[in-house]
Amino acid sequence: MQPVISVKNITKKFKEVVAVNDVSFEVNAGEIFAFLGPNGAGKSTTIKMLTTLLQPTGGELFLSGHDVIKEQDAARKIFGIVFQDPSLDDELTAYENLELHAVLYGVDKKMMRQRIEELMTLVELWDRRDSRVKTFSGGMKRRLEIARGLLHHPKILFLDEPTLGLDAQTRKLLWEHIRKMNDTEGMTIFFTTHYLEEAEAIADRIAIIDHGKIVATGKADELKTLTNTNTLEEAYLALTGKTVRDESVDSADNMKSAMRRVIANKRR
Amino acid sequence: MNIIYILWLRQMKKYRRSGVRMVLSLVQPLVYFLTLGFGFNALFEQAGRGSYIQFVVPGVIAQTILFTSIFWGVNIMWDKQFGFLKETLVAPVSRLKVMLGNSLGGATIGVIQGVALFIIALIFGFHPYSWTMLLLTLLIMTILAITMVSFSGGIGSIVNDMQAFMAITNFLVIPLFFLSSALFPLENVPAVMKAVAYANPLTYAVDALRYSLVNQSHFSITTDLSVMLGTMLLLIYFSIYRFKRIQA
Repeated sequence: MQPVISVKNITKKFKEVVAVNDVSFEVNAGEIFAFLGPNGAGKSTTIKMLTTLLQPTGGELFLSGHDVIKEQDAARKIFGIVFQDPSLDDELTAYENLELHAVLYGVDKKMMRQRIEELMTLVELWDRRDSRVKTFSGGMKRRLEIARGLLHHPKILFLDEPTLGLDAQTRKLLWEHIRKMNDTEGMTIFFTTHYLEEAEAIADRIAIIDHGKIVATGKADELKTLTNTNTLEEAYLALTGKTVRDESVDSADNMKSAMRRVIANKRR
Repeated sequence: MNIIYILWLRQMKKYRRSGVRMVLSLVQPLVYFLTLGFGFNALFEQAGRGSYIQFVVPGVIAQTILFTSIFWGVNIMWDKQFGFLKETLVAPVSRLKVMLGNSLGGATIGVIQGVALFIIALIFGFHPYSWTMLLLTLLIMTILAITMVSFSGGIGSIVNDMQAFMAITNFLVIPLFFLSSALFPLENVPAVMKAVAYANPLTYAVDALRYSLVNQSHFSITTDLSVMLGTMLLLIYFSIYRFKRIQA
């Protein structure tokens, strides 16, 4: 079977730091693939390169046979993504956010309304379609983003820590939806998470990345056998060690601290 | 629906929903207009230059558009920092269209603010010399707004720090405004000041507005429009070039 995601010797350097170092892996069509690793291991950087947000320093990436670097637009049509941080427009309503997405992805106008209604009903937000997103809780925003990511029927759905900060009920609901999409549409799911029990329960295959290198790939059972452990968490710790990592600050953090400074100055 | 249109519409919706900010942004130019207009009117007339109110309204309209548009790039930073930009960056659309939609939205807001100030000026006794020339006024306002919005969007694409953005724009906006012909005629000013004003693109926008509104001008309208169009194209290129280089 031809892999739907194919990563070949990909490297990303930021000035002095090598965030992703000669990483290669493949994901088959219809698979649910978990990408695990400590903070700063290179998970988000890999997703950003796969989704055309970052240019790799070296190596090749293919989505459904399309070269992500050379055929950006073709590659962009293939996937949907739910980012780690919210990427909705807070000032627009839930419906307007999805409508905008539909136009950006060239969803047929007649289909649009029906699909938005279906997906918003699925994530239980149809009643709130005309509310501005800024009135939504974190969980509601995440659900809306998942609906948005599915709106153009992508072949691949990337989820970067989709359940971060959500309660157990919402997490369960989300995974049910995602599983359903995987079952009914054969959509390939590529996700990262820090909840190892989620990965164990949901993923067909798992890759573990640390210090920019893939340290192991396989089914949960294979990883346990490899490390001679009983749970995925033990296997994960055996592979990545127990040291706590520091993640470098990103631009959003810079912005937040800058705004705090501005607000503090104004109060003076 | 068209991509440029939906992004333009987004800017409009956000503007309409900004509520009181819409009105507040008119206060500053209004204060300039009222204090300078009525304050200097008598002096200007004594000097045999006619009505200062007539003279200064084009300058204050240019100021409104300048101030509204030059800070518009904050929206690009906002989108960048609070995530929405990523949504447009991973979409299968050209960044050229994304930036055009955004910029046209920002420019429309600038023009609306300019027209609002014009209407207020009418209430306070300003009278344009020809109503048909107002079409030209509208065109000039549009070119100016697109120019400043493009500049601002380019800066917003480069810097990642809100304070840096404010520092750069504040550093530029005051000299641009005061060292143009917005507040005083260029005929009898010192040579250095004149040279600076000649090098300032805003001077040509003010001059063109003055031509279309009160039939006074320092340069020919052809010169004004040529400089304005040249600056606009350059800055549109700048904004799109910088916007394309954003990596998230």
